[in-house]
Amino acid sequence: MSGPSTYEPQTGIERWLDSRLPIARLMWDSFVDFPTPRNLNYWWTFGGILAIFLMIQIITGVVLAMHYTADVSMAFDSVQRIRRDVPFGWLIQSMHANGASFFFLAVYIHMFRGLYYGSYKAPREVLWILGVVIYLLMMATGFLGYVLPWGQMSYWGAMVITNLFGALPVVGEGIREWLWGGFSVGNATLTRFYALHFLLPFVIAGVVILHIWALHVPGNGNPTGVSVKTKKDTLPFHPYYTVKDGFAIVVFLMIFAAFVFYMPDALGHADNYIEANPLVTPSHIVPEWYYLPFYAILRAITFDIGPISAQLGGVLAMFGAIAILFVLPWLDTSPVRSMRYRPVARWFFLIFMVVCLCLGWCGANNPDDPVLGTPLKFVTFAQILTLYYFAYFLVILPVLGFTERPKERPASIEAAVLGNKSATAQPAE
Amino acid sequence: MNTLFRNLAVLAGALIGAAFLTAAPAAAAPGGEHAPEDHAWTFEGPFGTFERTQLQRGFQVYQEVCASCHALEHISFRNLGEGSGPFTCFPDPDAHAEDGHHAEPLCYENPNDNPVVRQIASAYMITDGPDDAGDMFERPGVPADRWPSPFANEQQARASNGGAYPPDLSLIVKARSGGADYVRSLLLGYHEAPEGLDVRPGLYYNEYFPGGQIAMAPPLLEGIVTYADGTEATTEQMAEDVVTFLAWASDPHRVDRNRTGLMVLIYLFVFAVLLWFAYKQVWSRVEH
Repeated sequence: MSGPSTYEPQTGIERWLDSRLPIARLMWDSFVDFPTPRNLNYWWTFGGILAIFLMIQIITGVVLAMHYTADVSMAFDSVQRIRRDVPFGWLIQSMHANGASFFFLAVYIHMFRGLYYGSYKAPREVLWILGVVIYLLMMATGFLGYVLPWGQMSYWGAMVITNLFGALPVVGEGIREWLWGGFSVGNATLTRFYALHFLLPFVIAGVVILHIWALHVPGNGNPTGVSVKTKKDTLPFHPYYTVKDGFAIVVFLMIFAAFVFYMPDALGHADNYIEANPLVTPSHIVPEWYYLPFYAILRAITFDIGPISAQLGGVLAMFGAIAILFVLPWLDTSPVRSMRYRPVARWFFLIFMVVCLCLGWCGANNPDDPVLGTPLKFVTFAQILTLYYFAYFLVILPVLGFTERPKERPASIEAAVLGNKSATAQPAE
Repeated sequence: MNTLFRNLAVLAGALIGAAFLTAAPAAAAPGGEHAPEDHAWTFEGPFGTFERTQLQRGFQVYQEVCASCHALEHISFRNLGEGSGPFTCFPDPDAHAEDGHHAEPLCYENPNDNPVVRQIASAYMITDGPDDAGDMFERPGVPADRWPSPFANEQQARASNGGAYPPDLSLIVKARSGGADYVRSLLLGYHEAPEGLDVRPGLYYNEYFPGGQIAMAPPLLEGIVTYADGTEATTEQMAEDVVTFLAWASDPHRVDRNRTGLMVLIYLFVFAVLLWFAYKQVWSRVEH
């Protein structure tokens, strides 16, 4: 779909550069004249929002790194120094900490968009897989970053997560010691987590470039799921989508700013304002909100499965919940991309979304507490939800492809957009 | 069908949101017997500020009551005279009452020049050194010094407090779920233990403390301080004042943050409106 280049150098220097390094041509063809389906809705603006948040995280992160001290005796105090004494440190630190949450919020919306509109289906499987790689890297980066302020939740969160790796058979103990750099979470753990937390965002940026490359070969999907057929189906990316994405980015930034300035601690945990203490375990160790659904799946496996202990089973289920996304393009057997035209699948998708949110709710609560005063315990609730989570990918989507009768799809994007309107209207390009 | 589906999706989202909101306060209770009592603070909300006289009273309560056991390790003397701190401005001691109007308060941009801050600092002896002979020496505090800790180390603090460690107070409002409401409730939460509860020796019953038994003796007794500004030192008043001071200590840039936030939101809002019209204008050229 990327087609022949439409870039025409206007000035001498552009012509000179274009024959040596055609970078202006690449930018023009990728972000100015790139043919984009004319029917993209606001769910498609989250790609741009994510790019902005990656930049915010890297810029604020580099500034924080100039003031942070990665040493167990000074890390906690150095973050306080940033918040109190570094000029605008309170702003940079709040943007970085809340930015992580908003980065995850945007990525979850972006992923659910992909799930609903079948963005993972041929010819976009590699694009989807690269997205899952970015998501995994984000989870690793977020976890490593949460350890750095060296509060109670930082320390005990690091303890819980690194111990997960210790549950793996044979290699587990070795991996855990290698992660710790010793025999417990300590200074060596903090310094290596800091180095990796600095490194991974640049790896993410690299994979994002691949992700955009993989996007620009088949081109964007669209809400109808019908492939682009003619030029009438598309509009140039600029100005149509730069202005639409720009509007969405600024609206999203307003919500972000409300948290940064007025509720800087709303998404964090009070215990992380207590310096890490290996001798005092917090009463409830909970991860950041964006890991809660997976935390619930981890704790839902409370029984041994044959030779697999409950602990190992939980770890496998948790990693499996993400790993399953890699093979999703081949699990969904329906040729119809958009769930707009899948009357049955869309209901299962809606339930799936509610299940994911409820898993997050279970992750935030004590497993033995009752759900809203009912006799149902959170752990049992989480088990039912976990079952649905896996059934959605392993049973529902594969079977529906054969049993469901899709609704009639529009002949083209242009037909879907114009509908009964006069087909004589032409884009004024 | 499409609208029905959309409505149901919105309804499901709203229900989940409501469930989270209702579950959150319950989960936020610090595990004590009672959820903290909600209190109206001057610093709450987007336009909240610290009232300077209240911070001064709160500082007095901290210094005269809390400071004998609790450190304030992230605070330096200079912080008292910075930004919205308690002594950046104070009433002019040379102003005469017979002037018939309120004299302008004295304000200092640089806490090093601030006589009140310097006076507070110089009342403490700070260990410094080594000097040219290699010896440590004592000198009066200066605004740049950290607030001195009442104990040399945690062990000494525990030994002096029946094994309990009085926590540092410079982050206490942020480090407890329930925040300022919780700290205030705790300070006022000393009551007769309920029938049948055996309070261990050396502990006190407090209905807001996790487990209900706390090692800190009721700290705020009626009239334990005499406020310089003549405010009556009731237990409630002292609790509100000292918690306001501690809220400032845990977040000294709070007022700046609120002010900057308002400007940023106005800027983003105007930007969003302009982009909305640009979007409408650009897209009016095509059917969509």
